[in-house]
Amino acid sequence: MNETVPHQLKVAPDALVVTGVSHRFGDNLALDNVSLTVPRGAFIVLLGLNGAGKSTLFSLITRLYDNVSGEISILGHDVRRRPGAALQRLGVVFQSRTLDLDLSLIQNLMYHAALHGIGRGEARKRTKEALDIVGLADRAREKVRTLSGGQTRRVEIARSLLHRPGCLLLDEATVGLDIGSRESVIGIVRGLVAREGLGVLWATHLIDEVSPTDLIVVLHKGRVLFNGTVPGFLAAAGAGTPRDAFQILTGAQSAEAA
Amino acid sequence: MNVDVVRPMVDQAPRRLGPIRYFACFRGIVWREVLRFLHQRERFFSALVRPLVWLFIFAAGFRQVLGVSIIPPYESYVLYETFVTPGLVGMILLFNAMQSSLSMVYDRETGAMRTLLVSPFPRSFLLLSKLIGGVAVALLQAYAFLAIAYFWEIEPPPIGYLTVAPALILAGLMLGSLSLFISSVIRQLENFAGVMNFVIFPMFFASSALYPLWRIRESSPVLYEVCRINPFTYAVELIRFALYGQIGPRLENGSLDLTNLYVVLGYTVLFLGAAIYAYNPSKGLIGRRGGPGGRD
Repeated sequence: MNETVPHQLKVAPDALVVTGVSHRFGDNLALDNVSLTVPRGAFIVLLGLNGAGKSTLFSLITRLYDNVSGEISILGHDVRRRPGAALQRLGVVFQSRTLDLDLSLIQNLMYHAALHGIGRGEARKRTKEALDIVGLADRAREKVRTLSGGQTRRVEIARSLLHRPGCLLLDEATVGLDIGSRESVIGIVRGLVAREGLGVLWATHLIDEVSPTDLIVVLHKGRVLFNGTVPGFLAAAGAGTPRDAFQILTGAQSAEAA
Repeated sequence: MNVDVVRPMVDQAPRRLGPIRYFACFRGIVWREVLRFLHQRERFFSALVRPLVWLFIFAAGFRQVLGVSIIPPYESYVLYETFVTPGLVGMILLFNAMQSSLSMVYDRETGAMRTLLVSPFPRSFLLLSKLIGGVAVALLQAYAFLAIAYFWEIEPPPIGYLTVAPALILAGLMLGSLSLFISSVIRQLENFAGVMNFVIFPMFFASSALYPLWRIRESSPVLYEVCRINPFTYAVELIRFALYGQIGPRLENGSLDLTNLYVVLGYTVLFLGAAIYAYNPSKGLIGRRGGPGGRD
């Protein structure tokens, strides 16, 4: 896997490139030779059940700990060798909440802008921009506690955009949301892909979030089972719907999930 | 192959992490800690009530049991309340540090720690900034306590309120980095009781916070040795002398004994090094214990 063209020679590096990454916790092989690419302006759905290795992969991409094998690069910057440059170009929406409920939206976002070294004047400007994008500018001074689950998610997305990343990771961003909120959150992110050219890696176990034009990566028990377009996915499994295809490829034992 | 690299759009602006950006990050982290504290009034209240209960009730009762002879830095017989005050200030720092350790474990379970660690700045800088934010909060509590104690006739010299600040900061950093290390080692903390039983109580009681060390030696030489390796003892003694405008006791030959200062400094370096090592993404302990958040 390592004889691919070096990323820096490409005209525009992809938003995210994961090449041959394996990761082991003790005897448990959580990731087995995982490779995937998120081009700019692409919406990639990372499909996998709980325990498939999505969280481990996200921990490695966000450098909670280092990958010991393979390579991960964000817009051409290797996460392990140049973490500062790589992390400046990466936005993340974690599955668990990251906002202080007792602080206002502005206070929360100002803190996260500071984490990226953005000064107060500039941070105020970007906070307003980001809240405009997610349609919550009029709530800026309210406490996060007063928001609904879907609105909180939208603030998390605004938070992840403050440092203007070229690559956005979202980990189960719609978990626990009602249908209306889910559609609103997905719509905002798809809008960012279309307008701003962000590369998005959208991890989910909800298969109905896949749209026909998306690219899919299926992660199962730490291995990439499929990587390609939705029609290709259906053809590979010989199935009529993504749901059936997912069940066929991952085996019957997981049929009750997804 | 075209080697003239075309800079991609997102890369156009230079994104060097210069000192101004470091400062913006540091200020943001400290400010968040203070804001969070100010928004949790019950936390401020309970942080004050705890040492005050000890001062008003325990110390009043204990006064008759334990006579404290004249020992430096005190120049005359002092009431037990006066003797115990530096220990109670140490208790504020200790509780505060352990609470921030607990919140860090909790933060790791939620996502607040993840967003901190996904910042592009070096991890040691982020952790140190967070630590200093915690110390700033502890300082607010300690001074609030000293202000109330003043009206209970615990009246150190005015200069003491100034000279105690560096001692509080140093002791706070030591206890904070210990708790930071603990937060990286403990995978899950069910509640505060575990930390109370295994860290706070042993450290507090096996120290010079409640009784002078020579008293302890009279009753148990073994306990005396335990107290002498307890970092908290040195933190309390450093605060005790600083509250009276001194760095340490005078030795018989007239020179200044700086043991307290050096030991607290040494423990701070040790604990901080251990914490930074534990949070290091390639060497540390986080990646070895079965992944993040326990989901995978």
